[in-house]
Amino acid sequence: MIVELGHFALILAFCLALAQAFFGLGGAALRKPHWMVVTRRAVAGQFVMTLCAFLSLAYAFNVNDFSVLYVALNSNSQLPTFYRFAAIWGAHEGSLLLWLLILSIWTVAVAARGTHVPQITISRVLGVLGFISVGFASFILLTSSPFERLWPAALDGRDLNPLLQDPALAIHPPMLYTGWCGFSVPFAFAVAAMLEGKLDSTWARWVRPWTLVAWLILTIGIALGSWWAYYELGWGGWWFWDSVENASFMPWLIGTALIHSLAVTEKRGLFKSWTLLLAIAAFSLSLLGTFLVRSGIIESVHAFASDPGRGLFILVFMGSCVGGALGLYAWRASLFRSNAGFAVVSRESFLLMNNVLLVAATGLILLGTLYPVFLDALKAGKISVGPPYFSVAFLIPMLPMIFLLTLGMHAEWKRATFNRTRTLLVAAFVAAVVIALILSLAVYEWHSLLTAVGLIAAFAVALSALIEPVTRLRQGHSLSAGVLGMSVAHFGLAIFVLGVTTVESWHHDSDISLRPGQSTQLAGYDFRMNSIRDVTGPNYDAIESEVVISRAGKQVAVVHPQKRTYRVQNSPLTEAGIDAGWGRDLFVAMGEPLGDGAWSLRLQYKPLVRFIWLGALVMAIGGLIAASDRRYRQRVTADAAVRARHAETV
Amino acid sequence: MWRYLIPIGLFAALVAFFYVGIDRDKQTLPSPLIGKPAPQWQLPSVEDPAKMVSSSDFAGKPYVLNVWATWCAECRHEHSALLAIAQRGEVPIVGVDWKDDRDQAQRWLQQLGNPYVANAYDGEGRVAIDWGVYGAPETFLVDSQGNVVFKHISSMTMEVWERDFLPRLKGNGTSR
Repeated sequence: MIVELGHFALILAFCLALAQAFFGLGGAALRKPHWMVVTRRAVAGQFVMTLCAFLSLAYAFNVNDFSVLYVALNSNSQLPTFYRFAAIWGAHEGSLLLWLLILSIWTVAVAARGTHVPQITISRVLGVLGFISVGFASFILLTSSPFERLWPAALDGRDLNPLLQDPALAIHPPMLYTGWCGFSVPFAFAVAAMLEGKLDSTWARWVRPWTLVAWLILTIGIALGSWWAYYELGWGGWWFWDSVENASFMPWLIGTALIHSLAVTEKRGLFKSWTLLLAIAAFSLSLLGTFLVRSGIIESVHAFASDPGRGLFILVFMGSCVGGALGLYAWRASLFRSNAGFAVVSRESFLLMNNVLLVAATGLILLGTLYPVFLDALKAGKISVGPPYFSVAFLIPMLPMIFLLTLGMHAEWKRATFNRTRTLLVAAFVAAVVIALILSLAVYEWHSLLTAVGLIAAFAVALSALIEPVTRLRQGHSLSAGVLGMSVAHFGLAIFVLGVTTVESWHHDSDISLRPGQSTQLAGYDFRMNSIRDVTGPNYDAIESEVVISRAGKQVAVVHPQKRTYRVQNSPLTEAGIDAGWGRDLFVAMGEPLGDGAWSLRLQYKPLVRFIWLGALVMAIGGLIAASDRRYRQRVTADAAVRARHAETV
Repeated sequence: MWRYLIPIGLFAALVAFFYVGIDRDKQTLPSPLIGKPAPQWQLPSVEDPAKMVSSSDFAGKPYVLNVWATWCAECRHEHSALLAIAQRGEVPIVGVDWKDDRDQAQRWLQQLGNPYVANAYDGEGRVAIDWGVYGAPETFLVDSQGNVVFKHISSMTMEVWERDFLPRLKGNGTSR
C-alpha cells in the first residue's frame, strides 16, 4: 500500500513539475506575476511529493518487502540496515529517483536563496528546472519505475551487489548526483539569460556560487569513488579511465572551466557567450553521465536491446534539453558580444587558455569514451582505446595548463606586467626545481624526466599559490574569501599532482605466495604472514590472513586482508588490508589459495597515495571558501529596491 | 553569425550517432565474420613468451575465443562467469589477452583464477584486428569446421551463455 502511495506521489510530483515548468516559463514570457507565484508553490509541492515517493521506497527496503521487484532484485533480508538504505540507489530505477529528489532539493534551494534575483529571472530559472524534472519524472514513470510489484512475492531478495556494500560507495552516488544535478542551476540560469537577452556581471555573481558548490560536491564525489576503487577493487589502482569514471570526470572538467570563465564574466563582462556554452555543456555532460553510468549504453552496446524505449526516451529528452538550449544559443548568442579588449599577456588570456585546454582535455576524453558508439554507427571497427590513450591524451593539454596556472594566478587584468610578483615567481620556480630534484635524486631514486617535470609543476603551483595569501597577510592587508579560496584550491591541485606523480613513479608491488610463518621483503619493509583463519560477517564468509609488517626489526603495522564470499550472490570480493600513512600506504590483498596452506598475496608500496584524495579535498575546501565570499551574499537593501522596481514593471 | 550554430551542429551529429546506435541494437548487428571461417592466428602464450598458441591447436572441435585485458573493467566483471563456464567443461575457452601488459596479465590469472585452456598474448592487437575486435571483452564461438558461429560484445554472463552460446554449441554437436 505504502509503495502504491509512493508511486502515486511520484505521479503528483510529475504533475507539479509540469506546472512548475509551465507557469515558470509562461509567467515570465507573458509577464503574469500570479503565475510566477504559483511556480514557487509548485516547487515546494514537487519537492514534498518526490520526498514521499523516495521515502516509500526506503520503507519498502527497510521492511524487506520482496513483493516489490526492485527491492527483491537489490536487497536481501540478511543485508545490514545501512546498506538496505543505500541499496535504494543500488541500481538504475532507484538512482533515477534519487536524482529527481536531489534535483528538487536544488530547486528548492534556488527558490529560497534566489530572493534577491528579479522575479522574472528566477521564474524562468525555476521553469527550466521544472522542465528537467518533468523529463526525469516521466522517464521513471514510463520506463523505469522502482514501484513495480512482483507476484508472487520473492521469498528473499537477490541482494545488493557486494561491490556496493561499502560505506564510501554508499555515499559516493548521492555526492556524484548532487554535483551533477547542481550543474542544472547554471544551466537554467544560462537559458534564462538567453531568453531574457541580458547577461551582466550581476548574473555571473548569481550563478558563480551555485557553480562552485556543485563543483566542490562533485569533486568530493569523484574522490570518494577513486578512494573506493583503490581499497575495494583489490588491485590498488586509483583511476582506471573506464567509461563510468570518465562520465563523472568530464562534467568536472567543464565545471572547472565554467568557474574560471564566470570569473572573467563577473569581473570584466567578457566571455559571455563562452560562459553560456560552458554552462550548457557542463549540464549536458552530467546528463550524459547519468545515463551512461546506470544504463550502460557504452559498456554494453546492447544494454538497451531489452528495452529500446529507454534508449529512445533518453535521446529525445537529451535532444530537447540540450538541443533546445543550443538552439537558443545559436539564436541569441550574438546579443552577448562585448567590445572590451585585453592584451595578449593578461589574466583574461591566461583564463582563456585554461578554458581552451580544459575543453580540449574533455573533448579527448569524450572521443575516447564514445568511440564504440561512433564505430558501431559507422560499421568501422579497428581502433582500440584504453588507459594508454587516456593517460597520454589527458597529459598533453593538462601539463602546460598546470605550468600556465603558476603565472596566471598572478597576472593582472587587461595587461599583465607581473611587476609586483615577478621576483617571487622566479624564486618560487627555482625553489620548485630544487625541491623536485632533491625528491627525485635524494629521497627516491631518479625515475624519468616526466616525473621530474611533474614534481616541478606540483611545487611551482604550490609555492605560487602561497604568494598571494602570504604577502597580503604579511603586509597586514585583509584577504578576501575569493582570493583565499582560489589559492587554497590551487594548492589542492598541487597536492594532487604531487601525489599522482609520486605514486605513479615510485610505487612497488610484488605478487608472492606465502605460507603462515613465511615472510618477504618489499621496498625495505618486511611482510610476514602470521596466520590464516575463517571469519564470518553478517552476509558473507571470509578467509582472513594476518600480515605483520615491520621495518628494520621494528613492527610497523598488522593488517588483516580478507577474501570474502557473499552468500546470496555467491560472489567473491577482495578486502585489502591497508596500513595507511601520509608518507606511504602499505597494501596487502589476498589472491588465490595455492594449496598446502599457501596463498598468493599482492603486496604494494604506494608512496604519497593519500595526497591524491587529500588534494581533491583541499580543492573542494577552496571552492567552499570562494563560494562563501561576501560579494555573493544577499545585499538586502539593494535587492529589496530591485524587487520593488520589478514588481512595478510586471 | 554562423559560428554560433557550430555547437548545435556538433550536438545534432552526436544525437544522430546515438540514434543509429540504438536502432542498430534492436537488430543486434551481426559481425561480418559470422558464418565465415575464423581468421588463422599464431601468438606467443601469456604464461611463456617462448611457447606459441595457434588456431590450429583447436581445429576440429568447437571452441570459445574470449578477448580480454587487465585494463578492462568489464573483463573483471565477466571473469567469474568464464570460470563457471570453464568448470562445466562443455567447450574449451581460449583467451586472447589484448594490448596488455604481460606481467599484469599473469598476475590477473594467478589472482582471479584461470578459465582458459590456452591464453594468447596479442600485445599489439594485430590478431584482434583480424577478428574485428573493437573493445574488450568480446567473445566468439567457433564451430568444429572452424567457422565463427556467434559473437558476443561486452560482459559474458551465465544468462548469455545459456541463451546464445549453448544452443548453438549443441546444434553444432548434433549436426556433425
